[in-house]
Amino acid sequence: MNRLTWRKFVNAVMLTLTGLCALLSVSVLVVVLGYLGWNGWQYLSWSFLTHLPTPVGEAGGGMANAIVGSGKLLLIAALTGIPTGLLGGIYLAEFGGKTFSFMVRYTADLLNGVPSIVMGIFAYTMVVLPMHHFSALAGGLALGVMLIPIVLRSTEEFLRAVPRPLREGALALGASKWKAIATVVIPASIRAIATGALLGLARVAGETAPLLFTSFNNQFWSHGLNQPTASLPVMIYIYATGPYTDWHRQAWAAGFILLMLVLVANIGARLILSRGSPALRG
Amino acid sequence: MGNLIGSEVVINMPGVDRGMAESGKSADASVLKIAVGQLNFYYGQRQVLFNVSLDIPDREITALIGPSGCGKSTFLRTLNRMHETLRGTRAEGKVLLDGQDIFELDVVKLRRRVGMVFQKSNPFPKSIFENVAYGLRINGMARRGQMAEVVEKSLRRAALWDEVKDHLHKSAYALSGGQQQRLCIARALAVDPEVLLLDEPCSALDPIATAKIEELLFDLCDSCAIVIVTHNMQQAARVADHTGFFLLGKLIEFNKTDVIFKQPAQKETEDYITGRFG
Repeated sequence: MNRLTWRKFVNAVMLTLTGLCALLSVSVLVVVLGYLGWNGWQYLSWSFLTHLPTPVGEAGGGMANAIVGSGKLLLIAALTGIPTGLLGGIYLAEFGGKTFSFMVRYTADLLNGVPSIVMGIFAYTMVVLPMHHFSALAGGLALGVMLIPIVLRSTEEFLRAVPRPLREGALALGASKWKAIATVVIPASIRAIATGALLGLARVAGETAPLLFTSFNNQFWSHGLNQPTASLPVMIYIYATGPYTDWHRQAWAAGFILLMLVLVANIGARLILSRGSPALRG
Repeated sequence: MGNLIGSEVVINMPGVDRGMAESGKSADASVLKIAVGQLNFYYGQRQVLFNVSLDIPDREITALIGPSGCGKSTFLRTLNRMHETLRGTRAEGKVLLDGQDIFELDVVKLRRRVGMVFQKSNPFPKSIFENVAYGLRINGMARRGQMAEVVEKSLRRAALWDEVKDHLHKSAYALSGGQQQRLCIARALAVDPEVLLLDEPCSALDPIATAKIEELLFDLCDSCAIVIVTHNMQQAARVADHTGFFLLGKLIEFNKTDVIFKQPAQKETEDYITGRFG
């Protein structure tokens, strides 16, 4: 075999190999989505969305409380995690000195890799134990803590992507550093930053482990933020591992709803980003 | 706001070789705007400017030429302390703006007086109007009613008004490269600077856009001192009253433009402008 044929051969093999792996990763996603979609859609009903769970043995009922509960948890997570991550990211990208920035960045990456159940234990110790009961607050905070490193790192990345000449343009007009950041740098990257936050939120929306012993669960409506609260992931866990066929169906439907939430967040984020500023796209 | 019609007797001949045309005007007769004395500049340990002394006259165009990496851009950025945005830089020496040491001035006030236009046009991701209004807004310089007026005036001074007046609220990114660069000039002019620094403003532009900007500079130097860094020697010869030649961080020669181009005193200058190196 001469050199040229050999090179063509290697080329063909590598192309096939990479293509197959790409296909494999896509097909896994398609199968998961398809299976969940098919099963979930079947058992989805209006009453599932609007009714409380029924006692065991009684047919019907829904997970309205878990849907609202998940919303509550995500709201608390967003309110705590996003501002912290956002401002921290701004500090890292714009102000941080070398050593301190390195420390924060490294810690954030570690925090990102901490198993989510450990986050649950953390929130349990910090919130549940002092308050002596499970609460939406504890669950929301656990998710919020998980959200911090995600938002922090994505904010930092996107701020760094803002071209330097843009900052210089503002500074050269007599803007102070903070003014340049607030009036030019952040507006230039705000869509990307919002996207990062939304994707982060979508990620923590599906977390189950940190909620097991923080927000716990509830068969009924929970009022305020101070009571044990039902959430979709925990409901799925309990219902899917339960012995009743009816529960399994409910779990499928709940999985479907959760998937839809994440999908909507993802698509929303892409839409925001695609309409983003040309300063970042260029 | 400086008046559009120059009160001084400066002959504007766009397109004409002005450096040559005005050779009768002596450097001594002009008013001193910026005096630089014994300026040394360091990036960390590396020294990039060596004892540069240079007098920049008011209401005239000063060009700085030299091969890449000779320190002319660094010198320019020192004049409004833009170098301070980079870590590890240090400038030593005196830079006097109207006799005041710029290193003792408040940096925000300094940059309002000494505006800058960059090599690559850098409009903000905002509308055309907001780009020009930006400097006024952050400096609290114009009331609501005046804003539109100042924006129009600045765009007119940058010779851009007629092209953009019907879509002021469109994104600045919709403009062509040359228009964007003139927008950046308008943005700098809006705060009415006393000195305008231009760092190779035409290097990314085609000859037509370049000609427009050069014409513009003739008009602008009625109201402020202009310092332009350029790679293009013809550009220096066309627009500048004075030209300085930098080489390896040293100011080799500084004189009236026609002297530099016709009878350079230094061998290095002659070699450079005749294209023997660089």
